[in-house]
Amino acid sequence: MNLVESIKMALKSIKSNKIRAILTMLGIIIGVASVITLVGVGQGSSQSVTDEIGSLGTNLITLSVNDTESVQLKDDHILEFQELNGISEVAPVVTGRINAKNQDNTAQVSITGTTPSYLTVRNLTLSQGRFITDMDDVLRQKVVVLGSTTSETLFPYENPVGRSVQIEGVSFQVVGVLDSVGTSLGTSGDNVMIAPLSTTQRITQSTAIGTVYFQAESEDYVNRAMFQVQGVLTTLFPNSSDYYSVSSQEDLMETMTSVSDTMTLMLGGIASISLLVGGIGIMNIMLVSVSERTKEIGIRKAIGANRKSILLQFLIEAVVLSTLGGFIGVVIGLGVSKLMEVFSSITISYSPFVALLAFLFSLLIGIVFGVFPANKASKLNPIQALRQE
Amino acid sequence: MGNSVIEINQMSKSYELGGETVKALQEVSLQINEGDFLSIIGPSGSGKSTFMNMIGCLDKPDSGEYLLDGKKVNNMKDHELAAIRNVKIGFIFQNFNLLNKLTALENVELPLVYRGLSAKERREKAINSLERVGLGERIHHMPTQLSGGQQQRVAIARALAGDPPVLLADEPTGALDSKTSKELLQMLKELNKRGQTIVIITHDLEVAKETNRIVRIHDGQLYENGGDWFEPSRIYQNGTQEYQEQ
Ligand SMILES: Nc1ncnc2c1ncn2[C@@H]1O[C@H](COP(=O)(O)OP(=O)(O)OP(=O)(O)O)[C@@H](O)[C@H]1O
Ligand SMILES: [Mg+2]
Repeated sequence: MNLVESIKMALKSIKSNKIRAILTMLGIIIGVASVITLVGVGQGSSQSVTDEIGSLGTNLITLSVNDTESVQLKDDHILEFQELNGISEVAPVVTGRINAKNQDNTAQVSITGTTPSYLTVRNLTLSQGRFITDMDDVLRQKVVVLGSTTSETLFPYENPVGRSVQIEGVSFQVVGVLDSVGTSLGTSGDNVMIAPLSTTQRITQSTAIGTVYFQAESEDYVNRAMFQVQGVLTTLFPNSSDYYSVSSQEDLMETMTSVSDTMTLMLGGIASISLLVGGIGIMNIMLVSVSERTKEIGIRKAIGANRKSILLQFLIEAVVLSTLGGFIGVVIGLGVSKLMEVFSSITISYSPFVALLAFLFSLLIGIVFGVFPANKASKLNPIQALRQE
Repeated sequence: MGNSVIEINQMSKSYELGGETVKALQEVSLQINEGDFLSIIGPSGSGKSTFMNMIGCLDKPDSGEYLLDGKKVNNMKDHELAAIRNVKIGFIFQNFNLLNKLTALENVELPLVYRGLSAKERREKAINSLERVGLGERIHHMPTQLSGGQQQRVAIARALAGDPPVLLADEPTGALDSKTSKELLQMLKELNKRGQTIVIITHDLEVAKETNRIVRIHDGQLYENGGDWFEPSRIYQNGTQEYQEQ
């Protein structure tokens, strides 16, 4: 008996019990669909993280201070950085959370106190007005630039430029509005306001510079510039290297990708377990099927089916069930990903490789979990099998 | 005497049951010739089914020799026996044993599927076989849509489809009423007239008397009228008397 005949026979027997077949396939369908969707989500977020970091430019170097008590950066330190070769811009940053108010509109936003370099270093653009200037900083001007969301919250109906907002009770003048930058690494980049460093230090009552952004003159200088920054820091704050870290975008990208790769692997792993459970479901149903069809097996054997034909018949049934489930799972998985992409802001990356892998895995599961019941069927004694009712 | 299709010499089979040995067949010998229409008759527990499993190559004897259509089959492996059953034996069972999920035609085709014939060839042979048993009109019916007699005729068509040298029927009329039984036996007779070798296993003398040769089985031993070792047991003397009285 050839393979085509066996497949036809398997399809016939599956067709004769459709509901059971669908229920059996359900495990595989859910497994494959969730593998595809979850891995898509994981890879999508990994992709969007990489894109975001990349969009900030690969020349960016970040100095993060985790202990502002031990590492107190002052203005003259910043000047020292500016002297360094290969660094074109330096933007020290103080951050804080404040309440802003314009008549009845209030907003809880994060305030960034910095210098004009920030605009270039972070690749920001203005939609209206101007950015803060060196003079603003020197004169401790009470001026702010609003992020696009902050602007919409505080000034829903009017042009904010030239108007004033109350920040922690102090009146500030709005001089500009930023273009939207979208959500970055899970936090909105638009729900912010930017003020001169000196002014912000006063309003947040904190002089601690937590972050300094540097822009290397070109990508090739990044490593050298990082080395120099580290050198300066070692001289300024000896034995304090645990309290700060200097990283390039590339480092950040690597960390973030490895994080989301781990996440992808975990999601995929969890989904694969459900695929495995689906396989056990198939084995279960096939075992039931073998004992239900003992008589049929006896008849087939009596009229000339050998062990191999019976084994093949049941194995093919299991494989057809699992691959059919796998195929439906691929279709559903891709469909669900598409829907999620349309109806939510999650980026999902489609990978034909993952779809193929999930499909092949379901095929493998059909074989692995089909062998045991099929073998059992093929070993039935025809005399005993015929005696069954 | 024609060519022998079945030649059984000194065949024995015993079963172990709870430490006790049941001798289901005790050194039985039997020769069946081409064109024979033979019945094997015996009471319950006499070893009929055991013997039929041997003739039908469903089981292997403990000892003895079995030549089927000139081939020695008593030492064959499982897959060889499957092939022998497929080609040499046409089974007819008491309760028809059709596959209910397949149509009459598909049921009849099944042995030919296992023989590896092409779809076209299978179909031709199966239709031909169904026509021979008078079911040419009902080839696409499911077994459940057919009467018992018709189902048994489908089973006969299935047994005949592969042109086996021996038809082996186990209580073929056991599930049929007397009228249908008569028709069925008539059909088997006709087949035999055209040269088909048929062996019927039965406990019913009415059935046995329709055949040309009656072999009795009792406690795992064979007895035949006119044979060298004819020793009718009392039960069957009575049975024979009943038969003669009618
Ligand atoms: N698988 C088995 N295991 C143990 N003993 C068996 C087995 N099969 C048959 N026997 C025994 O062998 C003897 C012959 O049994 P067999 O089934 O051949 O009788 P039978 O003539 O077909 O009876 P019936 O007309 O009731 O079907 C019986 O004593 C039976 O108990
Ligand atoms: Mg019996």
